Amino acid sequence: MKLIISIIQPEELPAIKEELLKRKIYKFTITNAKGQGKEIPVQEVYRGISHEITLLIKVRLEIAVNDEYVDAVIDAITTVAKQDGDKGRGKIFIMPIEECIRIRTGEKGTTAIG
Amino acid sequence: MKNKILWCIFFCMGSLLMAQDSLSLEVNAYAIDNLFLFVCAVLVLFMQAGFAMLEAGLNSAKNTVNILFKNIMDLSAGALLYYILGYGLMYPGDGNGWFAFAGFGVSEAGVDPASGALHPQVDWLFQVAFAATAATIVSGAVAGRLKFSAYLIYSVVLTGIIYPISGYWKWGGGWLDQLGFYDFAGSLVVHALGGFAGLAGAIVLGPRLGRFGKNGHSKVIPGSNLALSALGVLILWVGWYGFNPGSQLAISGAANTNAVMLIAANTTLAAASGAVAAMLMAWSLYKKPDLTMALNGALAGLVGITANCDSVTNIESIIIGLVAGLLVVLGIKLLNKLKIDDPVGAWPVHGLCGIWGGIATGLFGGHPLVAQIIGSIVIPAWAFITMFILFSILKSVDLLRVSEEEELIGLDISEHKEEAYAGFQIFTVE
Repeated sequence: MKLIISIIQPEELPAIKEELLKRKIYKFTITNAKGQGKEIPVQEVYRGISHEITLLIKVRLEIAVNDEYVDAVIDAITTVAKQDGDKGRGKIFIMPIEECIRIRTGEKGTTAIG
Repeated sequence: MKNKILWCIFFCMGSLLMAQDSLSLEVNAYAIDNLFLFVCAVLVLFMQAGFAMLEAGLNSAKNTVNILFKNIMDLSAGALLYYILGYGLMYPGDGNGWFAFAGFGVSEAGVDPASGALHPQVDWLFQVAFAATAATIVSGAVAGRLKFSAYLIYSVVLTGIIYPISGYWKWGGGWLDQLGFYDFAGSLVVHALGGFAGLAGAIVLGPRLGRFGKNGHSKVIPGSNLALSALGVLILWVGWYGFNPGSQLAISGAANTNAVMLIAANTTLAAASGAVAAMLMAWSLYKKPDLTMALNGALAGLVGITANCDSVTNIESIIIGLVAGLLVVLGIKLLNKLKIDDPVGAWPVHGLCGIWGGIATGLFGGHPLVAQIIGSIVIPAWAFITMFILFSILKSVDLLRVSEEEELIGLDISEHKEEAYAGFQIFTVE
């Protein structure tokens, strides 16, 4: 069992969601997030004063899957997320899960995740 | 013989009907004029909603309860004080031209019905709406750091004493009026007075924490909700059809009807050209069309046309609005340079463009320019000096500004223990 946490661009979310569903990955959680990376800060002007926005809006995607689905998730994200050389495209983190429990039934482990 | 009697009866009934007709014409004109002023008073009162939304949107979410509270209280506390003191000070009927008092309260008795005759109660209603407008302009300029109790003290002083006294100089028939100074609906009497009172408050208070950096450069404290701000400005624009056309004080009779319709069109043209000019000015200066500048620009045009909307042509209204729109952007730039923090642009809109309205009345309206210049200096100076003294007194007894910690937490929690957006994610301390 693996937990995949990915930071993506908000505008990419609908397409990534579609790619995940195509690969039979139906369960995930998203959170609105703000993050600071290597990208060039955004310059905004408010009432004649320009200011730099370094904390940019991102989406944090969390997906818990059985091991055999890990590659499918990476594929779904990278199909959509542009690998065009621009900085600030986000990251994918993969970490092991010690235990998973489905609250409704009390099931544990790989059956609880799927 | 029979015919003669019949003719006689006809004749008598005829003259009786005619007498009734002329009486009912007067009664109708009385009703129409009072209804007109009543509707206009309600429109001007509705501007309070506009100010509340504009200011709530241009300030941090953590100060929303506070700014809304100030808007409801400068109207409510102000209305009571203007009833007790203000109206008698502003319209004493006669006096030495500088200061006079007709007595407490307002007459409840009706007047003889005639075209243009106003019931004293509706006259007070219309006037108190103007007093509240002058008072509420300040709430935006001092937002985010003024103690709530200090604001209550300020509002009763302004609406009860300061506004009525300078109002008497012009609209009560005082010395400015006798001088030939002209201010149709209050570019100076209402707007510049509020704008300069706000400037005094902003200077004595000092800027919000974090508004200017260590080396003196301007920093952004963004507005929390520009949807509310846009709604507020559009409400104010609509409310201005009570402010300017209502100041004709009558609509019955062709001359009044004609004046009211010209005023309404001029008001619209000035607002529109103010918004366009401010948009273009900000666009060329800062390389982007800034919504808040265009919103301020519409108000700037409205303030500029207020003194002269009955005296100028449509084309002149457009010119007055265009200049006001340019001025408001420059005014905001100037305040940044001087490190004066006016979060909503109350001084550029109401103070600077109020003076422009007074001068424009001389340039375009055919009124004596010297008198216009005198009035455009005296009323702002009166507001600025008296309010500077008041805010300084409050500062010296430590009643003026909240502590640094309270300011960072936000006035909603520190002054009111109440959130505007409880349960919403948008309540952040920034």
